[in-house]
Amino acid sequence: MSTQGTLYPANTDRNGREVVLDVRNLRIHYETPKGDVIAVNGISFQVYKGEIVGLVGESGCGKTTAAMGILQLVPSPGRILGGEILINGRSWLGLSEKELRERRWRELALIPQGAMNSLNPVMRVREQIADAIVTHEGYQPKDQLKKRILDLFALVGLPPRVYDLYPHELSGGMKQRACIAMAIALNPPLIIADEPTSALDVVVQRVVAQTLLDVKERLGVSMIMIGHDMGLQAQMVDRIIVMYAGNIVEVTPVEPAFYNPLHPYTQLLISSIPSIKERKPLKITSGLTHDLRNPPPGCSFQFRCPHVMDICKRVPPAMIEREPDHWVACYLYGKEEKED
Amino acid sequence: MATPLLEIRNATKIYGGGFLQRGNRIVALQNFSMTIPGQPAVITTVAGESGSGKTTLANAILGFISLTSGQILYKGQDISTLKGRDATMYRREVQAIFQDPYEVYNPFYRVKHIYDMVISHLNLGYTKEQARELIEQSLRVVGLRGEEVLEKYPHQLSGGQRQRVMVARAYMMNPKLIVADEPVSAVDASLRAMILDVMLKLRDELGVSFIYITHDLSTAYQIGDNIFVLYQGSIAECGRTVDVIERPHHPYVQMLIASVPVPDPKVKWGTLLEGVADETMRYKVESGCRFYPRCPHRMDRCLEAMPPLYPVGDHGQQAACYLFEK
Repeated sequence: MSTQGTLYPANTDRNGREVVLDVRNLRIHYETPKGDVIAVNGISFQVYKGEIVGLVGESGCGKTTAAMGILQLVPSPGRILGGEILINGRSWLGLSEKELRERRWRELALIPQGAMNSLNPVMRVREQIADAIVTHEGYQPKDQLKKRILDLFALVGLPPRVYDLYPHELSGGMKQRACIAMAIALNPPLIIADEPTSALDVVVQRVVAQTLLDVKERLGVSMIMIGHDMGLQAQMVDRIIVMYAGNIVEVTPVEPAFYNPLHPYTQLLISSIPSIKERKPLKITSGLTHDLRNPPPGCSFQFRCPHVMDICKRVPPAMIEREPDHWVACYLYGKEEKED
Repeated sequence: MATPLLEIRNATKIYGGGFLQRGNRIVALQNFSMTIPGQPAVITTVAGESGSGKTTLANAILGFISLTSGQILYKGQDISTLKGRDATMYRREVQAIFQDPYEVYNPFYRVKHIYDMVISHLNLGYTKEQARELIEQSLRVVGLRGEEVLEKYPHQLSGGQRQRVMVARAYMMNPKLIVADEPVSAVDASLRAMILDVMLKLRDELGVSFIYITHDLSTAYQIGDNIFVLYQGSIAECGRTVDVIERPHHPYVQMLIASVPVPDPKVKWGTLLEGVADETMRYKVESGCRFYPRCPHRMDRCLEAMPPLYPVGDHGQQAACYLFEK
C-alpha cells in the first residue's frame, strides 16, 4: 500500500483552496508532413478538491487532446512539447512508463468517450474491476475483493447480479455505470470523464449524470468533465473552462458562464444553445476557424469575432481576472498581452 | 382532398427470425402510420432514443430495406412497386442527408465528384457550363462558393462544410422531400444553427418538406412543425411539435422531456421519477405496452394489448396510453 498522499502535502492556491491538478503551459502538437498541428497551445488551469470542472469547446478545439495529455496517453503522432502537470503537487511529466502505469488509475482515472465500448467483451464485469484493483494493490483474498466490488456497485447504483454478467448483457446506462465503478475502484483524487453520457438517450443520461454527482459528493473526488452539451454542463459542473482552437479563452464559475459570458466565443456558444423552453430564432454565425497548422498572430478567435480590433491581429491577449475567479483572454476587458 | 406527398400505412419491420424462424425476432417498427401533406411544405420530426426504430423508418422510406408489412405511398403510388422512370423520379425527388458527413464521401475523389455523379446519372445538365451553374447555384443556397470546396478532397473540408455540401447536393435535385437522419448531431453548436436555418429556408422558400429524424428534442422544438415520438418501434405520442413538447401526455414523453438538461445552472433537474432508475427491468413485453416496465402509471390492462392512439388535447394530438381512453 502506498502512503504517497500523506507524504506530499497538497498544494493550496492563494484563496486557500486545495489544488488537486495543476496544469502549467501544456503544449501538445500533432506532427504532420505539412507542419505541426498545434492542438493544445500552452494552456494552464487548476482543478480544486471536490469540484467538477467542465471542459467545453467545439470538436477539434483540443479538449480531448488536453485530457489525454494529462494522462500522457496522447496517441501518435501527437507529442507533449512542454509544460508541467502536477497532481497533488507531484509532477507527472517525465516519469518512466513503469512509474506512470503505477500511478495512473490510482491518482488519475479516466471514464473514456463511449465508455460503454471500452469494456472487454470476453471478460465478466467483476473480472475487469478486480483486474484494476489487483494490478495496483497486489493479491487480495477473494471474498474481500468481492465485497469491495459489490460496495462499488452499490455506490453507482448497480444491482449485485451484475457481478457475474458480461458487458453485452448490460444496457448502455449500466455499462456506463460499470465504467464509473471501475474509475473509482482505487479511490483516485481526480477523474477525467470524456463525454461520459454522449451515446445515451436523455432519460438514461440523467440517471448516469446523477450517479456521477452522487459519487462526487460521497467520495469528495474532483472531476474534469469534457463535453459539448451545455445543458448537461449547466446541470453538473462547478466551473467551466472554454477552449477555442487549442487555447483557453475563458475560465469561470458556472453561473457567470451562462448569465454573463465575457469572451465573444463563449457568448456565441451560450446563445446558440437550442432551448426546449422557448422557441427563438436561430443564431447564425459566419467565419471559419483558421488552419491549426498555421495559426495567425494574435487572438485565435479573430476570424469569427464580431468585435475584432487591430491589436487582436497582432498579439494574443493574456488571461485577466475580470471578476473574482472569472478569467478571460480578450482585449475587450484589458490591454494585457500574452507573454511567451 | 389532394393526394398527400408521402403516406405511410401501418408500416411494420421485423428483423431476424432467420432460417425456419429460429432465433430472436426484433420488432424494429410496428404499425407506424404517418402522412405528409402535399401542400404546404412541413418539417416532420421523428424523435426517439437509440433503438426506437427511427433509422429503420428512414431506411424504409429511402427504399434501402423493404417492410415486413404495410405500405409507403409516394404521391399515391406504393414505392415498392415503382419501376423505370417512376423509380428514378422517386430517387430524385426524395433525398437524404445523413448523420456523419464524412462517411458519405469517397476519400479518393474530389468533392465535385459527388455532384458530377448525380448530374450524369440523372441528366440534370447537358453541358459543362450548365452543370457548373447548377452546382454553384445550389452551393450558394448553403452559403458556400464553388472555388472554396469543389476542387478539394473531403478531408480538407471542415465538418460543417461537409454537411453543407451534402445539403447542397440534396437541394440540387430539386427534391420534394428530404429525409434528414440526425443531420446536426455530429456538428458543433454554431454550425448546427446554420444547417437548421438552411432547412427552414428550403421549406419556406422552395417548398421542400423534411422528415427530421433526431434524438434531440430541443432542435425539434426549434424548427419542427409536427412530431412523432417513438418508443421501441411504436408511436408513443404525436401531434404538433409545440403541443407535444409543451404539453406532453404519454408518461414516456413526459419523462423524456423532463430529462432534457436545461442550459441554466439555476434550474436543476428535479429528483428522479419513480421507476426510472430501474432500467434493468427492460425485459421484453410480447404484447401490450412496451413502456410498461418503466411506467409510473402502469395498470394490469397495459399488458393485455398494445394501447391504440387516443386523442388528447387539440390540433390532433394523440397518445398511445390507456390513461386517455374516453
